[in-house]
Parts: sequence; C-alpha cells; structure tokens
Amino acid sequence: MSLSVQELSFSYGAKRALDAVSFEAAPGRFTALLGPNGAGKSTLFSLLTGLFVAPLGRIVVAGHDMASAPRAALAAMGVVFQQPTLDLDLSVRQNLRYFAALHGLSARVADARIDAALDRLDMRERAGEKARALNGGHRRRTELARALLHEPRVLLLDEPTVGLDAAARAAITVHVHDLAAGGLTVLWATHLTDEVLPDDDLILLHRGKIEAAGRAGDLHGAMPLKDWFLTRTGEPA
Amino acid sequence: MTRWSVAFGAIASREVLRFVHQRERFLAALVRPLVWLLVFAAGFRAALGLAITPPYQTYIPYETYILPGLCGMILLFNGMQSSLSLVYDRETGSMRLLLTAPLPRGFLLFAKLCGATFIGILQVYAFLGIAAAFGVDAPAWGYLAVLPALVLAGLMLGALGLALSSFIKQLENFAGVMNFVIFPMFFLSSALYPLWKMAESSRLLHDICLANPFTHAVELIRFALYLQWNGWALLWTGLATVAFMALALWGYDPARGLVRRKG
Repeated sequence: MSLSVQELSFSYGAKRALDAVSFEAAPGRFTALLGPNGAGKSTLFSLLTGLFVAPLGRIVVAGHDMASAPRAALAAMGVVFQQPTLDLDLSVRQNLRYFAALHGLSARVADARIDAALDRLDMRERAGEKARALNGGHRRRTELARALLHEPRVLLLDEPTVGLDAAARAAITVHVHDLAAGGLTVLWATHLTDEVLPDDDLILLHRGKIEAAGRAGDLHGAMPLKDWFLTRTGEPA
Repeated sequence: MTRWSVAFGAIASREVLRFVHQRERFLAALVRPLVWLLVFAAGFRAALGLAITPPYQTYIPYETYILPGLCGMILLFNGMQSSLSLVYDRETGSMRLLLTAPLPRGFLLFAKLCGATFIGILQVYAFLGIAAAFGVDAPAWGYLAVLPALVLAGLMLGALGLALSSFIKQLENFAGVMNFVIFPMFFLSSALYPLWKMAESSRLLHDICLANPFTHAVELIRFALYLQWNGWALLWTGLATVAFMALALWGYDPARGLVRRKG
C-alpha cells in the first residue's frame, strides 16, 4: 500500500476531530474520501501533510513512517491544498520553479519538467504570465501540475474543485482519474458525490469516524451515490 | 548544489522578489527614517546637547547620534513587515506549501529569515546613502564594518517577527503588534537618546531601556559604524537572536499545531 493510516485520532482541546481512523489507498486507484463539511477531512489532510502531528495513530506514505521519517514521507507526496497556494504576483513558471526548488530539484531538471507539465496542460505559452492573470480552472491545473513536479508516488487533494465552474470541475476530476489509472496513488477529499465514479475506492468519513469503506459501486449498489451519502450522513450532499 | 542550498536560495530569493514587487514598501521604508533624520532631528538639535560619549570622540550633532538608531528602526519595521507577510502567507495557504517541503522546519524558517534580513540590510544601505548625501555620515570604513552588525541585528528582529507571527492569529491583530512591540521597543531604547540622559529623568526607564535587546542592537550598529568593538552589545544581541529563534521554532512546532487554529 502506498498510503496507510492506522488508528489515527486527533482532538482540538476537548473536541474529538478524528476517532481511530484507519484506511489504505492503493497504487493505481482513485480513492475518494467523502464526507460532509466538518467531517474531519481537513484535519486528516493536515495530519497527512505533517502540518501537525497526531499524538495517536500511524501514517505511512510510500513505506515511510510520518512520525519517524517525515521528510522522506513528504518527498514521496504531492499535495493540492483546498486553499489556493499560488503566489499571484509571480509568473506561472516562477511559481513552479519555487516549488521545484523546495523539493531540491536543480534549475535544469526543474525547467525540463516544468516545460513538459505546461505542454500537457496546453499552457506553455502562458508560462510567463502572472498567476493572477489565470482563471480559477487554470490556477488549479497549475497547482496540480506543480504537485507532480517532483514525481511523487502519492497524490493528496483536499477538495480541489472548490470554487470552480462545472466544466473546470469535470476536467480536473477526469484528469486526476487518468493519473490514478497511470499508477499513481490518489486520495481525493470531497463532499461532492458526482466526483466519485462507481469503480473508485470510497471512504466515507462522518463526524471523525470511518462510516464505510470499499468500492463505491458496491457500497451504494442500485441507489444513487448521492442518496446513499444522504442516508448515511443525514446531511445534503 | 545540494538540495538544501537549492531550497535555501529559492526561499530567500522569493522574499527578495516579493519585496521588489512592492515598490511602495521600499519607499515607505526609506521615507520613515528620513523624516526622523531630516525633520525630527532638526527640531531637536537645539534642544538636546550631546556630551562626548563612546564611540564618538567629539561633540556630535543630534542627526549623527540618531543615525544608527534609525538603521535599527528600519530593521525593526522590516522584521515586523516580514512577520505580517508570514501571517498573510498562513491565511492564503502558501505557508502550507513551504512547511510541507521535505526539509526540517527550522531550516525552512531560517531561510525565510535570511531573505527578510537581506532586504532589511538593502534598505539600511539605501538610507545611509541618502543620509550621507545630506551630510550625515560616518567614517568610510564604518560602512563596511557595520555590515556584520546589521546582519545580526536584522536576524534578531526578523526572528522576533517570526516568533510573533506564530502567535498572531489573524492579520487584523497586527495593529496590536505596532502598539505593543514596535513603539515600546523603539522608544524604550538608546535609538533616540543616550541612556545616561534617560537615567537623569528616570532610573526605572533607564533600566528598562538597558534590558531591551533593541538597545543593544542599536549600540552594536553604532559602535561598528565608528569602527569600535562592543562585546556586551554583541553578546546581548546574539543571545536575544537565539532566544527569539527558539521561541519561533516552538511557535511553529507541528506538535503544537501551527495551523491548528485555522483548521
């Protein structure tokens, strides 16, 4: 398994945000972490990315334990955060270069990978433009390309379609499904059921606990996923 | 180049690049001390007679006295400005990007601190140049000798800003920093008046000024600018740098949860 979470618990003071959460995400699979707002998805992502440390439980990324080898684990991980993290005053290329350097890629290697990534996105000619000039969809795609520059084995996305229009949302969802099909381990957090396909692996997180886990189509059966989600969480999707 | 130096260069140069994009900030950073030097000092020149006190070897005009203090002021404001940008980074999410880089957190923060210090020093030299053009100058070699003092003072004040940024929850609270950090630190120091003058009016205020690390940073700059050694100021500034850096590291400790408050 590329990503393994075991018995992870976390509290904000007296408030329990995650309660003995365990799951695994496999290479080549799109694993959707579905949960309503406040289910604990963002807390889980903060723990997975080492922004804070869980006193209880274990996270292993590509064989590296987050507690004992956090840097090796982070190096194997690409992250698209819920909040936009592009520096709007820097050009697209400068943003990508900055990230590549944070991961220790030399300028030569970084530039080659950046060119390839921008070509894939049909954005090569916009490399010199400031990130501010890009629309929401392009900004997200740039962030996604950036998260892949250091060739991670695990890709984490925290509600990456927030604020995007329907077309941009569909495009990025399809794109990441393709990446998973190419062998990447993908963990995609969302509260939107239409981003999950029947063949995806699905983890349902509700009030800090895993309510259900398995192949999406097996879990919701004949019932539309949206209705299944509603009945399990009691909240509108 | 190792991956460490690549990352260090990227983080530090991003700080510089960001500063270059904010021309108004550069202008404001220069106007503030110049107003003090050319307006405030001119007014006080007549009121304050300064006796000979080290490192000066002759009677000096007030403008000459406050020159090092204004260098300290630039570094102080720069340190707080970088603290502000860190809080902003945290709110926009780019802090997450930095802190998920596969390098030790202390190293990442130190790289950011070095970038901010470099910017502060650039501003100080621009200010010293303009001051010299107005006839307020120091010995020629002093401009070189002051560099290490500026580096240490800049690191100290930048580390203070870094530590503060880990405790400031929101951008809106920044005005409080102005009131409770910048002003007391600046006015309760030897930047504008020598400590012996302060002792004449209040022993307590004098003692507070003496304990203020900013006083020692200013004295370090003052002595270096006149090619003199001040071991006590160096020691005090160095200790304060280490203490502020330790506080910043504690503030950004993932076990404490930097962004925990923001969810």
